[in-house]
Amino acid sequence: MEMVTIKYDNRIVRNFAVATMVWGVVGMLVGLLIAIEMFEPAMNAKLQFLTFGRVRPLHTNAVIFAFVGNGIFMGVYYSLQRLCKARMFNDLLSNIHFWGWQFIIVCAALTLPLGFTTGKEYAELEWPIDILITLIWVVFAVNFIGTVIKRREKHMYVAIWFYLATLVTIAVLHIVNSIELPVSYLKSYPVYAGVQDALVQWWYGHNAVAFFLTTPYLGLMYYFLPKAADRPIYSYRLSIVHFWSLIFLYIWAGPHHLLYTALPDWAQSLGTVFSVMLLAPSWGGAINGLLTLRGAWDKVREDPVLKFMVVAITAYGMATFEGPMLSLKNVNAISHYTDWTIAHVHIGALGWNGFLTFGILYWLIPKMWKTELYSRKLANLHFWLGTLGIVFYAISLYWAGITQSLMWKQFTPFGVLQYPNFLETVLQILPFYMIRALGGAMYLIGALIMGYNLSRTMKQGKLVPDEEATVPAHWDEAHAVKLNKHRWIERRPIQFALLATAVVSIGGLVELVPTFLVKTNIPTIASVKPYTPLELQGRDIYVREGCYTCHSQMIRPFRSETERYGDYSKAGEFVYDHPFQWGSKRTGPDLHRIGKKYNNLWHFMHMEDPRSVSPGSIMPAYPWLYTQSIDTAIVGSKIRAMQKLGVPYPKEYDRQAVGDLKAQATLIAGDLQQQNAPGDPDKEIIALIAYLQRLGTDISAQR
Amino acid sequence: MSVIWVLVGFSIIVALGFLVAFIWAVRSGQYDDKYTPSVRILFEEDDKSSTFNHEIRKTPEGPGTDGDGNDQVR
Repeated sequence: MEMVTIKYDNRIVRNFAVATMVWGVVGMLVGLLIAIEMFEPAMNAKLQFLTFGRVRPLHTNAVIFAFVGNGIFMGVYYSLQRLCKARMFNDLLSNIHFWGWQFIIVCAALTLPLGFTTGKEYAELEWPIDILITLIWVVFAVNFIGTVIKRREKHMYVAIWFYLATLVTIAVLHIVNSIELPVSYLKSYPVYAGVQDALVQWWYGHNAVAFFLTTPYLGLMYYFLPKAADRPIYSYRLSIVHFWSLIFLYIWAGPHHLLYTALPDWAQSLGTVFSVMLLAPSWGGAINGLLTLRGAWDKVREDPVLKFMVVAITAYGMATFEGPMLSLKNVNAISHYTDWTIAHVHIGALGWNGFLTFGILYWLIPKMWKTELYSRKLANLHFWLGTLGIVFYAISLYWAGITQSLMWKQFTPFGVLQYPNFLETVLQILPFYMIRALGGAMYLIGALIMGYNLSRTMKQGKLVPDEEATVPAHWDEAHAVKLNKHRWIERRPIQFALLATAVVSIGGLVELVPTFLVKTNIPTIASVKPYTPLELQGRDIYVREGCYTCHSQMIRPFRSETERYGDYSKAGEFVYDHPFQWGSKRTGPDLHRIGKKYNNLWHFMHMEDPRSVSPGSIMPAYPWLYTQSIDTAIVGSKIRAMQKLGVPYPKEYDRQAVGDLKAQATLIAGDLQQQNAPGDPDKEIIALIAYLQRLGTDISAQR
Repeated sequence: MSVIWVLVGFSIIVALGFLVAFIWAVRSGQYDDKYTPSVRILFEEDDKSSTFNHEIRKTPEGPGTDGDGNDQVR
């Protein structure tokens, strides 16, 4: 057999590995900050840039796209070269990919605290960054597929399929969810509104979990776990079966994020059914991982790498059991909007993604630097700190979530809410928030110890930047005795990519298309009117401050909710909401029927210092809304953008919009002045009050 | 609402297509070589710690394969 000597690019793997560690610590640190803000709102130092609503998107984006993202690329660039027996397709593309991705992260870290956000969870980045993400993703895709094409190994190992599914699906998800109409350089409106926007967003949100946090990590598991344990995966057949079933089922499950909302019922049921079915392929992967270690548990006792991986796979198994359970409507009725969901995602993020990343790093760094791990003791310390951190984090939030939800739903024997004051249910769970922050701090300290341990490991060894390997020059066609269909597709990456796209698109299409096409899905309500220019400005401030990270705008049809908040939310009430702001968590009460519930003065005082009207509240103060002026220059283009999106403002309304805005602002400011409050019609707080007072009131005009 | 049924029907047909393709694949011996790829990823020439590499050195072509991933049984 003709052999050639090639060089694997280890430098790019090192770059992504270092980025993974650095952004991991940053993301966790930001997470710890907002965890403390949950019981100590003064932690924001009264700076708008450090306030929960703006930093929470920073935390989620940093952890998902910076920490896990770089972790994916680290693992992919290492394993793909070896699985393909080929150097990466093009070194320049590798470097553009690396530096481009880091640049995107820096852009996110700058824009999100400054309040430039689309207001859609896990897709908060504004349109220029969205375009940049698309470009860099294409660079990655070309580099990836190029490598697969020039590979010297005929068979495509299961990990490569998982990477390919990720590559294709994330591209589709990102593009579909980010279709937005720019208003200015850093402001845009999504083309979808209300229910449609919610469906697209959670189709994206759920599948981002599926194809960014799950499939690539399963691919990594299928490569690095056998490597670390030095034994083949338990069942290769199971890996094939569970791959196809997983990518086919995952794409349909998104609506389980919207149970009991204004989403059409059939879509909700579809989401539930597919979520329950997902248990099988998910556990297929988890079991396959754990059984790989059969007969090797003595190694798990010794080797920190395997310890991390075992906990990671166990966490994956737990989270994917919990997911289908939370998708059952009767469980979701209790869990939704509570900290239960937060605990659930952190089992996945801290356990599955975090621990698998740590395991890979502990295996990869000594191997690439041709040395031994600097300190096994420190790695074990990290392991136990991390594991206990997860336990403290998750159990406290499970407890908090169930406690609070049951309090929300509790009626007295006389049929009135036992805890009518929302704040009472918040104060009850504050101790759990403190324990959660403790768990998060332990996890972060563990990661810092890893940083120290691995940097010492790097120092004592020497990186082999271009690792030589002697491999067969090409695969021998004569040996391909019998081509079967699956093998055919395995050797044709482009066709495979197209097929995978087709598979994942079907799920998306059937859910999206009807909601767009079928008018009956969104009953239009005649009394629902577009926002006034001032309210629209206020709404954009609401989005900018990330109010949706703590407040929902979606009252579910339960008596405990209609008693507390008012009439349940109807799909037709959101037809002008670009973007929808239903939220997914109630750290504070639902706001959909907040309009006219309190007077202007209450809001004025509440936003300036929430504790002046709600003693003990954990909501941050928003003093900057009282000094920053409403940006009237952009109002015209906002109105024009809304008109393009189908919002029925009168013709040429953009010219008179500023006048209307000022008139309404003067009215509200006058009302405040009458009650001896320093209401200034130019300030942002006036716009926010206008929006809050409008919320959920249109429907009452109908009666 | 009729378009929903068109789309649901369409997707069920496609789903059934996948199922048929899968059953056919299994029956026609698609996945006969469902073991060696999982072992072959463990071969790495520089890695002297791997037990699989000790075996590889004894039989240069690797255990159970013709060195190219194709099962010798066939």
